[in-house]
This record gives sequence, structure tokens and C-alpha cells, in this order.
Amino acid sequence: MPSLKQLSKRNEKFVSGHRLCAGCGAGITARQVMLAIDKPVIVANATGCLEVASTIFPFSAWNVPWIHSAFENVAATISGIEAAYRSLKKQGKINIEDVVFVAFGGDGGTYDIGLQALSGAAERGHKILYICYNNEAYMNTGIQRSSATPFGAHTSTSPSGKVIPGKLQWQKNLPEIMVAHNIPYVATSIPGKWNDLVNKVEKGTTFDGFAFIDILSPCRLGWPHDPKITLEISRLAADTCIWPLYEVVEGKYKLTYKPKEKKPVVEWFKLQRRFSHLLKPENKELLDKIQQEIDKRWEQLLKRSE
Amino acid sequence: MEKTKNIVAKTGNEAFAEGMRQINPDVVAAYPITPATEIVQIFSQFVADGIVDTEFVAVESEHSAMSACIGASASGARAITGTSSQGLALMWEMLYIASGLRLPIVMAVVNRTLSSPINIHCDHSDTFGARDSGWIQIYSENVQETYDNIFQALRIAEHPDVKLPAMVTTDGFILSHCLETLEMLTDEQVKEFIGIPPERDNLIKSLIENKPITIGALDLQDYYFEHKRQQAEGMRNALKVIPEIGKEFGDKFGRYYGFFEEYKLDDAEVGIVIIGSTTGTAKEVVDQMRKEGKKVGLLKLRVYRPFPAEEIAKVLSKLKVLGVVERVEGMSGFVSPLYSEISSSLYHYEKRPTLVNFVYGLGGRDVKLEDIRDIFDELLKISSTGKKEFTLKYIGVRE
Repeated sequence: MPSLKQLSKRNEKFVSGHRLCAGCGAGITARQVMLAIDKPVIVANATGCLEVASTIFPFSAWNVPWIHSAFENVAATISGIEAAYRSLKKQGKINIEDVVFVAFGGDGGTYDIGLQALSGAAERGHKILYICYNNEAYMNTGIQRSSATPFGAHTSTSPSGKVIPGKLQWQKNLPEIMVAHNIPYVATSIPGKWNDLVNKVEKGTTFDGFAFIDILSPCRLGWPHDPKITLEISRLAADTCIWPLYEVVEGKYKLTYKPKEKKPVVEWFKLQRRFSHLLKPENKELLDKIQQEIDKRWEQLLKRSE
Repeated sequence: MEKTKNIVAKTGNEAFAEGMRQINPDVVAAYPITPATEIVQIFSQFVADGIVDTEFVAVESEHSAMSACIGASASGARAITGTSSQGLALMWEMLYIASGLRLPIVMAVVNRTLSSPINIHCDHSDTFGARDSGWIQIYSENVQETYDNIFQALRIAEHPDVKLPAMVTTDGFILSHCLETLEMLTDEQVKEFIGIPPERDNLIKSLIENKPITIGALDLQDYYFEHKRQQAEGMRNALKVIPEIGKEFGDKFGRYYGFFEEYKLDDAEVGIVIIGSTTGTAKEVVDQMRKEGKKVGLLKLRVYRPFPAEEIAKVLSKLKVLGVVERVEGMSGFVSPLYSEISSSLYHYEKRPTLVNFVYGLGGRDVKLEDIRDIFDELLKISSTGKKEFTLKYIGVRE
């Protein structure tokens, strides 16, 4: 794995000038992912914040070949690129080795509308690294719920109201769904632990098959939180075990970070207004329910990683 | 030395698949759907037997088929797909993106009607619905044309003045599953005709040259209009390129193609415009009625997008009465789509025919010689009486 010093000397592939918010987790994530890949790389991007804010014509923040076609199909688009590369290389029409194909999608483009294309590409076994920058709602269209939105969170389509306390469903466990595809590599990460993220991205490019990394990417507008604490808040997600950091290599689970002291989920909730209603005394029961569920999932993960 | 003609018996689907084999595209991404399924089946066998260099991407939907073709074409590959009906409908979003990104993807479409009610048989509502998607559309009368059109479509799509995707259609079951005699070109002839694709900017080229490009950027109020204007120009340029390539094909292989074919139209008093396989039936009726001394003729439209308005109006304006006979309803509450466009193209002519509209064959309803004869009889009646008593008539429907 490269040191921070080595990384700092690499050419930036995702550069400044994009129009993501100050303190946006997606921008930091994209930069770290791209720095971690020290090989020729082609990127495909699903419609979403990262896409719209980084390529406003005639500008582009991408210092690598990059394409966007639509929202639900980034896995299919990159499949076509990877297939074209294999075909042209096989026929001797091009001469370039070891190209990395990266897809970026938000949780909307990955967990929901893009799930079919993602599943198809994973099942077909294209050599692709798929990065989900997961900010737990449809942030680009104005903070609507997704299947990655946590239980209890207030969004503009799962608002907390007088009778309904925010989202009533648990998150879809997408990393598990990807593990069930029998792909060689599945991992979770956060931008707040750059070494964890860089290591996993680098590893993800080494397999002869589909690799999937789900990166919890804080959204200062949607969660919302103080833009100064983007990286801290992502670390707190790992420390509360709300977003455990692990990887699954060829089906074998491994925790990559075990908090010294597991913090209560309420610590994480306190920093984000989408959970503020849960902190009211009348919602104590809900808060306890969430803590129990998080504890249960953490225990399951510990068992799997033994 | 006289060449031996390679005459074989093939179905429309086989002709498509054989044409694709001879093109030897870099990538094919496709999903099966009746009645186009055989195209992917046959082609995947070519891949399995190693007789093409193609990477076949067995996608999980037509939406992904077109998306993968977009990715492949944007990487500099020749990309082809095939579909029908609901599959084309599922691709809808990506059709516009393929043309907007100026990608010369070629698609074999087997015309089948759209649900609901579900029906697997032929009409042209699937591709007619895609008429505004920025794709070139070429229709085929028979298996030979289906085969010939696929090579020309590739050349038109890749032409540097055009750079637009192109679909070639054939009629579901009527042609897709029907054996006809077909004169096939040799692999060498195809290779020579399609040539090496003209160079385009693409992802892999930009990677190799270390000049990264961004494709599909967000294009707001200050640039979108200019890009769309350029795209429209590509479609207009196709009006010039299509006949050139049709002539080149004819000069090389003896079968000439233009925007349309005129059949006994020169001295005709009444005529019809028709698309696809029903043309064969209609030609037979024209022949019969000509023997009876009736001055009837037809125009078979081959290229619907771009719409050859000037050329078509010039020919049709000479008629006294014209029937636009269409295998599409259009659901506009008015007339069928082609009727609207033909009447628009004739509007500027002082001398122009009386126009009537006929809709036939929806959902694969059979059309017989008598049905076409009824149409001509109606036209002759209007011609002799000077009275037009209807605008739209349904042929062969029970009501």
C-alpha cells in the first residue's frame, strides 16, 4: 500500500474546480479512490451529485477518460467499455495493458434504480471496480429516501411528521447482496480512514472479476451536518458500528477495523438533523430499537469474520 | 470472370445474424425477445465457435444492451445489438443518449407491436414510436433488403458527416421467420465495403494518447442547444449520405438503394405509400390492376429517418389521389404519423394529390390482396368522383 507521502506525489485524477458542496463526502471519496489507482483507468459515472457537479460543460474535473450515460445503467455502460477493451486488445487493434475500469454510483444509482444493471454486470464477471458513494438518500434531487436510508431518518419523502417518525424501513444490506453474487471482492469503507479506503481500492483492482466497494459518504446538506466534520462523522459511523468496515475476499469475511470502544448510536445521531426527532423523549423506544438492531448486525458480522 | 452468385435460403433473423457475422463487430450486447431472439442465439453460436472476434455481452435487459453498446461505441468499438417491441421500448431512454452522444451503433430491429394487449406479431408501432429518438431508420421489404440494409446502415452511421446510430428493421414473423432466397455477399466483399471505421474520439484512444476526454457532461442552457443543433445537422447530412452509399452498394453488388422505391408510379393516377413486407402484396395488386388498365402505382418508403420530404413530395405531387397505408395507429386521435409527414411535405406544392389514410395489420392481422385492392378501389373512386368522404379508414378490422 502506498504511503501518504507517495500518494501526495501522484498525479491527481479527480481535480479541483468541481462544484460539489464544501465538505461533500463524495468529492473526497472520488479523489481518494482515483489516487489509489496507479494504473491506466477509465471511469463511468451514474447520474448523481458527483456527475453533475464535476462535468459542467465545457469543464471537467476528471483527468482520466470519463463517461456518463444515464442513471440506472453505469454498471452496464462500464461493462460495454470493458468488453470493448477486451475485444480490441484480443484483436490486436489496441496495445495497452492492465487498464482499470471504475464505475461510480450513488446509493440511488446503485441500491435502487441501478441494482439490476449492477447485478447483471457482477454475475457476468466483468473486470470492473464498482464504487458506491453511499450518502444514504437521493441527494442530487433534494434528499429523498432510498433503500440505503437508515431506519428513522427524516428525508423529503420519508419526513418525520406527527404520526410517522421518518423512514420506517431498515436499509437494504447491499454488500451482502453483492457477496451473494460470488464476486471475488466486496468491501465497505469511509473517506475518514484514507488508508482503509486506499488499501481496499487498490486491492479491488487486482482481482480478475467484479469488485464492489460501498463507501459511506457523508452529505452535509442531506444529513445535514457541519461541513467541517465530514471525515469525523464518517469515522463515528464506524465507531458506533452503524457502518462497520470489513471486506469479503472470495467469500471470506474479515473485519478491517474494530473500534476500541463501541460508541452508542445516539452519538452519531446527535450530529445530524435528519435524526433530531429521534432524540425527543417520546421516541426513546425507537432509539432503543435502532441500537438493538445495530448491535445484532454487529454481532452477526463478528461471527462471520471469525 | 463472372462471379458465381451465392444464393441461399435464409430467414430475416438469419440474414441479420449472417450480416452481423460478416461485419464481425467488436462488441455485441443483446437480450432475447420474440421475434428477434434468433438473432442473438445464432450470433452467440458464432461467438462460441470462434468464427467472429466479437465480445458478446449477454446483458440482463435491453436497457443494459443499449447501455453496453453505448459504452463500447464510446470506447471506439463497432457495437451492434438487436431487439423488438418491448425491448426497444425499454431502451427508449438510451436511444436518445446513443444519438445525443453521436455514437454509430447499429441495431437490427424485428418489428413487433407494443403491449397492451400483449401480442408478439408485426406492426410498426415499436420503431415508429422511436421516430424522434435521433436514430436513422431503414425499413426492409424482404430478407434480401434486410441483409443489404445492415451493411449500408453501418456505413451511414459511421460516416463522419453523420455520426448517428442507425436501426434496420424487418417485419416480425412475416420476414424474421420466413425463408426467402437471398444473395449473400462474400465475407471479403463485406469487409471491403464496410472498411475500417473512420476515426472518432473515444475513451480508449484518449487513454492511450494520454489526452483524457469527458463524454456525457452536464450541458446546460449555454451549450445544449448548440449540441442539439449539430445533431440535427448530422441527420440532415444523412439525407446526402444515404443515396451515395445506396449507389455505391448498387455499383458494387448490383442492387441499388435510395430513400424509396417507385413502382409503376410514373404515369399513375392514384397511388399508395407503404412500408415493409406488405409492399410485395401491394405490388402484386398493382400488377393485376394495371392489366385491367387501371393507372395505379406505389411508393415503398425505405428510409423514414431522416425523412426525405423533398424527394418524396416531388414524386407524389403528380398523383391525383394518394393513400398513406400504414401499419401503425399512432393514437393521435387524428391520423397516422406517416400521413402527417407526407401531407406536410406536400403542403407547399400547388398541385398535390387528395390524401387519405389507411391503417392496417395491427398486431399482425393478415393483409390480403383483396384488402389492398379495396384501398386502390377507394382511391380510384375518389379520383373519379372528386369526393373525399373520409380521412382515415381501418383495413381488415371487425367493427
